[in-house]
Formats: sequence, C-alpha cells, structure tokens
Amino acid sequence: MSTVSHTQPRLPTRSSVLLEFLGSMNLAITLLVAVAVASIVGTVLKQNEAYQNYIVKFGPFWFEAFKSLGLYDVYSAGWFLLILTFLVISTSVCIYRNVPHMLRDMRSFRLNVQESSLRAFHVRREWTLALPLAEVEQQVSAFARAKGYRVRCKDHGDHRVVAAMSGAANRLGYLFTHAAIVVICVGGLLDGNLPLKLKEMGGQIKIETRDIPAAEVPRESWLSVKNPSFRGSITIPEGSAANIAFLQLRDGYLVQPLPFKIELKDFRIEHYETGQPKSFESDLVITEPGDPNGKPLATTIAVNHPLLYKGYAIYQSSFNDGGTRMQLKAWSLGRDKIETQAVKSAVFERLKVDTPQGPMTLELDDFRLFNINPAEEGSKKRFRNYGPNFTFKVRNAEGEAREYENYMTPIEFEGRSFFLSGMRSQVSDPFFYLHLPADAQGTLERFMRFNALLRNAPRVAELALETTRRTFGDVKLDNPNLIQEVATTMQRLVDLFARGGFEAIDAQVKQSVPEAQRAQVLDAYLKVLRNILNTLYLDVLKAEGVDTAAGVSARDGQFYDDAINALAVLPQYGSPFFLELNSFEHVQASGLQIARAPGKNVVYLGFALLTAGVFVMFYINHRRLWFWLREGAAGTELLFAGSGNRDQRDFRVEFERLAQALDGQLGSTGRSG
Amino acid sequence: MSVTQHNMLEQFDDRALWQRLNMFDWLWALLALAGAVYTYAHYADLMDSFEVAILAGTTPALIGLGWAWKPMRPLTLAVAGLSLAAIGLYGSSLGAAESNFFLKYLIASQSAVMWMSALYVLATAAYFFALATRSEFTGKVASAITWSATTMGLVGLMVRWRESYLISPDVGHIPVSNLYEVFILFSIITALLYLFYEGRYRTRALGGFVLLVISAAVGFLLWYTFDRGASEIQPLVPALKSYWMKIHVPANFIGYGAFALAAMVGIAYLLRYRQDRRAGGAVVDSRLPALEVLDDVMYKAIALGFAFFTVATILGALWAAEAWGGYWSWDPKETWALIVWLNYAAWLHMRMTKGWRGTPMAWWAVIGLFVTLFAFLGVNMFLSGLHSYGEL
Ligand code: HEM
Repeated sequence: MSTVSHTQPRLPTRSSVLLEFLGSMNLAITLLVAVAVASIVGTVLKQNEAYQNYIVKFGPFWFEAFKSLGLYDVYSAGWFLLILTFLVISTSVCIYRNVPHMLRDMRSFRLNVQESSLRAFHVRREWTLALPLAEVEQQVSAFARAKGYRVRCKDHGDHRVVAAMSGAANRLGYLFTHAAIVVICVGGLLDGNLPLKLKEMGGQIKIETRDIPAAEVPRESWLSVKNPSFRGSITIPEGSAANIAFLQLRDGYLVQPLPFKIELKDFRIEHYETGQPKSFESDLVITEPGDPNGKPLATTIAVNHPLLYKGYAIYQSSFNDGGTRMQLKAWSLGRDKIETQAVKSAVFERLKVDTPQGPMTLELDDFRLFNINPAEEGSKKRFRNYGPNFTFKVRNAEGEAREYENYMTPIEFEGRSFFLSGMRSQVSDPFFYLHLPADAQGTLERFMRFNALLRNAPRVAELALETTRRTFGDVKLDNPNLIQEVATTMQRLVDLFARGGFEAIDAQVKQSVPEAQRAQVLDAYLKVLRNILNTLYLDVLKAEGVDTAAGVSARDGQFYDDAINALAVLPQYGSPFFLELNSFEHVQASGLQIARAPGKNVVYLGFALLTAGVFVMFYINHRRLWFWLREGAAGTELLFAGSGNRDQRDFRVEFERLAQALDGQLGSTGRSG
Repeated sequence: MSVTQHNMLEQFDDRALWQRLNMFDWLWALLALAGAVYTYAHYADLMDSFEVAILAGTTPALIGLGWAWKPMRPLTLAVAGLSLAAIGLYGSSLGAAESNFFLKYLIASQSAVMWMSALYVLATAAYFFALATRSEFTGKVASAITWSATTMGLVGLMVRWRESYLISPDVGHIPVSNLYEVFILFSIITALLYLFYEGRYRTRALGGFVLLVISAAVGFLLWYTFDRGASEIQPLVPALKSYWMKIHVPANFIGYGAFALAAMVGIAYLLRYRQDRRAGGAVVDSRLPALEVLDDVMYKAIALGFAFFTVATILGALWAAEAWGGYWSWDPKETWALIVWLNYAAWLHMRMTKGWRGTPMAWWAVIGLFVTLFAFLGVNMFLSGLHSYGEL
C-alpha cells in the first residue's frame, strides 16, 4: 500500500519545517474552514449595500467596526484574500511534496518487493505446483494481462517476481484536482478587483460617491481604457449611445471608458399570455470610432445570450425607463370650477408649478407599460395587467415630497371602473390608493365636476338655505335669523367635509358637543350633509343632461357612493392637483453589464481539471498484484498477493475472484494465508 | 440478508463488459436505440442541435445504465409506457385530465405525484416494519413499493413536462425549474441511489432511514402543493431560459440526494455503534449491517455526491457567466454551494489522509445534511440574491 507522504528521518532545516507547515493537512483543513466561515458571514450580512443602510441597521459604532473589518465587502477584503492566498500556497506546497513520489509510484512496478512484505499483506494465496517455473511465470503473466493489468517480470536469481498494475491514472486524479484549485484561484484573482484595491491604496484612483454626470467626474475616478479586467454596468436609453461603464464599488463608483460605442436601437420585453415577462432583448449597434475600416456591428442580446466582442462580454442585465415622453392633464382639486392644464413632459424631468399652496416641483420618476398584479380571489386567472402607470413626486418649497403612482386607464373592480392613484409620504411606506370613479365615458369629467361643485360656496349656500327653509316649512319662528344661522351651519358642515372628510366632522363634533349628545348630533349632521351632497350630485347629473325626474339609475347611484368615498379621503391626498396621463411615447432604457475577464479561460481550464480529477480519483482504483516464484523442493512455489489504494473491501473481493480463477487455471487449489 | 462471499463475487465478474452481455442486454440496447431512432425520425424538425446532442447522449447513457444496473430496465419501460399512455390520453387538450378516469386518478402529473407521495410514506413504514420484525417478505414488499413510488414520480415529471407544452408551446419546459419540481426530483434521485446500494450490498436494513428523508421531502411537497398551490405550472422567467439549467439542476440533485443518503446511513452507523458498545465486545446480533459496511456506504455516497456536486457547481458557474456576466458573483446561493463543497472536501480529506473513521465521521455526515439543507432551502427562505428560482 502506498503512503501519502514519506518523511525520511533526517534533521529538519528551517525551510523544510516551513514547507511541512504550509503543506500540512491541518493548515489545509483550517483554511478550508476559514473560507467557509467567512463565506457564511458574507451571505448573512447583505453585501455592498448603500452605507446609509448599514448605519441605520447597526448604529454608528458597529457600523464603523464592521466597516474596518471589511464586512460589507467580505469577498474582496484584505484578510479574505489573504486566506485564499494561503490556501493556494498550501495546496501548491502539498502538490509539490506529493506529486514526485506519486509519479514515481505510477511508473514503478515494485519488482524488488520482498517476500516478507508480501506475507504481511491481508490478501494473499500460495500454491506449490508441479509445473516448471518458466511455465508458471508465463501463465500468471498471461493471466494478469488478460485481466487488464500491465505486467513486468524480473529474475532475481533465486526467485522471480511478476508484478502487475492497473489504474495507475488514479494518481493523476490527485494532481488534477489539487492543481485545479490553484489554477481556479489564480484565474479568479486575475478577474477579481485586487488590482483596483492596490491602485486605490496607492492613491492612484479615488472612488466617486456623488451622483453627477460622467463628464463631470474627476480624472482620478476614471480607469484606463486598457484596464484588462473589470465588471461594470451602464444604462442606455433607446436611441442613445454610450462608451463608458460604471464600476460599483462600496458606496461609490468608478468610470471605465470603453474602446467602442454601444448604441441601443430598441429594447423589447415580450410577455406570456398570463402577462409574466418572457424575454428581455436589446438591439445594439457597436461602432469603433478609432477604426477607419471597421464596420458597425448590429446585433441583438438577450438574457442568457450575451455578446462576446473582442474580449469584452456584453450582457442584458436590467431595464429601466429611458425618458418616456408624456402628455399629462393636471386637474386642480381645490377649485370651485373645473380647471385643467395640459402638461408636456418626460420621465426624469423636473417642472416648477405654481399652486394655491405655493410653488412646488413636479418630479417625474418612472413610467411602466405593464403592471402585472395578482388577480383578486375567486378569479380564474392568477395575474392581471393594470396597464401603464407613471410615478412622480410633488415637492413643496420646504423640500418635503409625496410620491404618487397614477394609472393611465380606469381599472375595473366588481363591475365599476376607477382611476387609481397611489400616494405615500415615505418611500418605505406602501402606497395608499385613491379610487376616483370613472364616468360612463371612462373619463374623470363627472367626478371632477362634482368635486368642484362641492367647493362652490354660493351654490352650497343657496342649497343650504333652500333645505333649511324646506325643513322649517311654515313654522312661525321667533328668531328671524334662525334660518340663516342654521343654513350657515350647514354650509360650514359641507366646507368641513370638503376640506377634511368625515373625520373632520367627527372631530368637530367631539370638540363642540357634550358627550351625551354626540351620537345624536353626528347623526343629524350626516343626514344634512348627505342631503346637500345628494342635491349637488343631482346638479351634476342635470348639467350632463341626465333626466332625473324618475329617480337616479342604479349605475349613477353607485357612482355617487363611490364618489363620496373618494371625496372623503381626497383631503389626505395631499396634492393640489390630479395628474391624468393622456398619451405617451414609450422610451425604454436597457441596463447592460460589460465585463472583461481574462482569467475566465484559466478558470475554465481549472474546471476541466477538477472534473476530470475528481472522477479519476474516486472511480479509478490503483491496484497492484505480485507473483513471487521460486524453485522449491516439492515443485514451483508461487506466492500471490495484491493491494488496492482505495476501497479495500472491493479489492478484497476482486482478489478472491482472481485467486479462484487462478486455482482453475493452474489446476490446483491454493492455500489462503 | 447477510452478505455471503458468493453473492459478493457475483458482482465482481471481471470478464470484459461485452463478454458479460446476454441476449436481454442486447435486446435492451436495441430497444433504446429504436426509441431514439423513432424520436429522431419523427421529431428531428422540431429539435435544435442541442436537443439532438442530448438525444444522442441519452441513448448510450440509458443503454449503459441498463447494462450496469439491470433494474433500470423495467423502471425505464414502466415509466415510458405510463408516460406515453398519459400523453396519448391527453391528446391535445389539458381538459382530458378532468374527464378521463386514468388521467384523473392515476397518471395525470398531479395524480402521479400524489401516488408517489403516498407510496414513499408507505414504503418508509414497511421498511421499518421489516426491520423491527426481521421479516424478509415485508422487506421485499417495501422495496417493491419504493420502486413503484419512483416509477410514479418519474411518470409525474414526464407528464408534467408534456402538460406544460399543452398549456402553450411557449410555456413548455422541462420540469426542473422550481422548488415543487425539484422536490419531486430529489425524492426520486435519493430513492434510486438508495435502491442501488440496497441491491449492491444486499441489505434492506437502511431503507427506513433513507426513506425517512424522502418522507420529509414529501411532507414539504404536500404542504407546498396544498398551502401554496405550488403545483401549478408557471412559465419560465427569462433568467431560467437556458440549456444550462437543464443539466445544472439534475446534477445538483444527484449531489443533494447522495449527501442525504450518506447522512441517513450515518444515523444508522451511530445506532449500530451504540449497540456494539453496549454489548461490550460480544458479538451483536444486530439488524443493522456491520459498521464496516455502513462506513463504506457512507463514504461511497459522499464521494458520489461530491463528484456530482462539483460538476453541478461548475455548471452553475458556466451558466452564471452567461446569464449574469460573471462566473462567480458571491451570490448567497453560490456561496452556500461552495460552503457545502468545502465541508465535504474536508470530510474526504479527514478520511483519506488522516484515516479518520467511526462516529466523528458519521456525526459529520449528519451535520453535513443540515448544511446542505440550508444551501438548498434556507438560502431561498432567509437570504436574498440573484437566484430567481424557488422563492418560498
Ligand atoms: C480547496 C482545497 C482542496 C480540495 C477541494 C481538495 C480536494 C480533495 C479531494 C476531493 C480528495 C479526494 C479524497 C478521496 O480520495 O476520497 C483529496 C485528496 C487529497 N488531498 Fe486534497 N483538496 C484540497 C486541498 C488540499 C491540500 C491543501 C492538501 C495538502 C495538505 C491536500 C492533500 C490531499 C491529499 C494528500 C489527498 C489524498 C490523495 C490520495 O490519497 O490519492 N489537499 N483532496
């Protein structure tokens, strides 16, 4: 049986002690465990997030502590690379120490084996045969050959040895796997950002953290166009081109110039029938300005189908809006008549708007063509497309902003249609949705008219008076001002509702009415309010030319209920206007990842070695057989023994089989040891 | 159930492969070849070069598998027969699943998977019963049930594959793309690996242990089906539309299956070890195989798992290079694959170079299963990353 490491008894020198340590199994296992533990840390702690998030999560003290340990980017932290380096060294030393004797072992048949060592083997068999020695030698050689062994013979004078060997390639398995580890690590190092780290430490480059256009980024944050290895990304809007990529590093980025220009002609998303995305594709044109006779290369890339171009690889990695142009209509919400304004803008634009609440900024952030949402319960389809929407912020002079998400077309719920607008004042909050009912024409017209009328003071005053008069009827009043007072209270009630919804009324009652009468008063208030709102709604219907003589249709009645619900929450909406999207011209942007990885082929070579090595090491058994022959008094003495370097169990059985076959061939049953 | 020298020797027939082949072996090869030729003649127009290459590679693999491990042949025939029957019954409409008796109750994908689930659980009980009563007959029944469960599971996957195409040709894909599908795959592969060792070592004593993991997987599968409606066929997101997926995932699950097997054998090892220690040197009349045998199975399973897991991780890296623009991104799933791999590399080193044996290695194999489980499930549940597949 072959041992793995031979340590000759000689005085250790300092370098041999070092080698011994570096190539020791204990160090190797320690390093393997260290890599594993570090890797776990890297997966449990989310890597490369914005520093702000870490500060929030850990507080300033631990944030600094973790930062100095490099825990936000474990895999390129100095200590992690150091462990990897030691793993490479340790494995190399291990190879260096083991391979020479393994190669020798592969070639050597061990023809000088001693009889006594063979007798020490677990598996052996002996015969004493009447055949001449030469004949036996010839027979056992032929036998071993027939069983797939390579065979060598040697005459030692007083005895002869026939040695056979098979599966010597097993030893290459060790070489291949361990060389593969070294090769893969070296290849990976070529592609990692170690060179960048060194340059940064040397002060040659500086990470840019400000969000500014590339042209304004100072030179020390630019990398050389010749940079042999990087992985960056760039977002290109349709119809635009770029010749740079951004390398995200920790809390900032570097700019990587490219020797060619990438133009995005078109970006497409295809969908399945259910609405889920099926493919993301970009039509690109690559041109090389410096190359006079170079023809532009037109090509299409998709997820899982990158473009390999002169050592650069270009991948489809994400998508974005590229500045969709939109025709918007702003409906004022707080006026006493319908007022609209046409707005022409595009995603990423900022507009100054004057509102009754002072100057504000409208920031258009995003547009989405499809919005696939889970369908409600009970519906057969699992998903539903809500159609296009866009998101924007309305920022006041103090810089406070609310974010909105408006859908272009009315969306149907339970047979009714609504314009949906989501609002939130904190990015981390979920949107709260305003449901504005759409009229029969699918427009906002009726709701907006109703809303404006609600704020029309003269009309509300008129109605209040009318209603009061009707209520009091012919009652003779002592106080002639009473009717006017009641009417004013009513008018205030409507105003309160328009500016604060039901909650405001509730609050008002709580504040001004003793507890015992609250319920009663509130009930009376709501009756009055409903009465007036009803009449206002009839006004709206009349203005539309709807005949209400025979009552209100169920549909219009439903609209009324929905409109009241919407009006009640409108005060919390927080924007002085409602933005309706009338039309758009979709411009998308494609997010590309661009990489140059010269180490990739090295790594792939390592992969090939590793795969081959592992299978060879596990599934090829290095087996040896020896036939030790001697001329004895009673005839030719034959001693047969063998060993396998792995899987002793299997080898024992195989040996038994061989021995039995030999019994048959030699015409005599051997004695087991 | 003991291993006699005679039946061990049978397996070590050292004649050259072609000398050992009998008429049935050649018939098998002919059948597989005929199937491939038929497929090619009828569907060549629909196949791209990759698919032709897969067909060309599958055929010899199937022949070789059938030669090396005879029970593969009836299994393959049963799965092929039942799957073709289901496909025939479906015709071109999914609606048949509701109206046709055989589909509805037997071989529509969902029904077949339910059968598989029930049978695996039944087999677990049967194996333990056989172990407790030392009933050879019950043991044989348990094996038969496990084979049937495996057949139904494979039929379930095959038919599901077809069903996905019946939904719509662009939805169609091989069913190895989400957690539901890979849990079925995991159960089948673990069972097949176990059955292989059962035949090889002629012992059914380990069946209950291994099937326990499979039963746990089945439990998860059922919860996932009924609670989350996971059995519904979903179209592939663009990131998963890659040929790499089709080989990366199965290779991974051979690894996971083998590691699970090793862990359960490890448990058997620990039990047997306790029995031996209690006996204090006396010969134990144990129902469990000898420690030496258990150690051997454990090692072989880990070696097999390690080899396939190596290949799977490499395939994953090749795929990542194509899909994400880098062969290694330290994505949590990737990183945990590395951790699992390093763990077993360390295990193998301890055994091969330090000669560690016995209970520490058995414990380590059991712990290894938890590490593997985390890589397989925990990452999806607790960590977020680029892997879009199998979110819980
Ligand atoms: C990440 C690093 C490493 C990996 C993945 C690795 C992997 C392996 C594997 C899979 C085996 C086969 C075990 C078996 O035969 O069942 C093995 C064997 C071995 N490894 Fe490593 N190894 C690594 C590093 C090292 C280092 C640093 C050393 C040196 C101390 C080393 C020394 C050995 C030796 C001596 C063998 C036995 C070879 C034989 O008996 O044929 N390995 N290694």
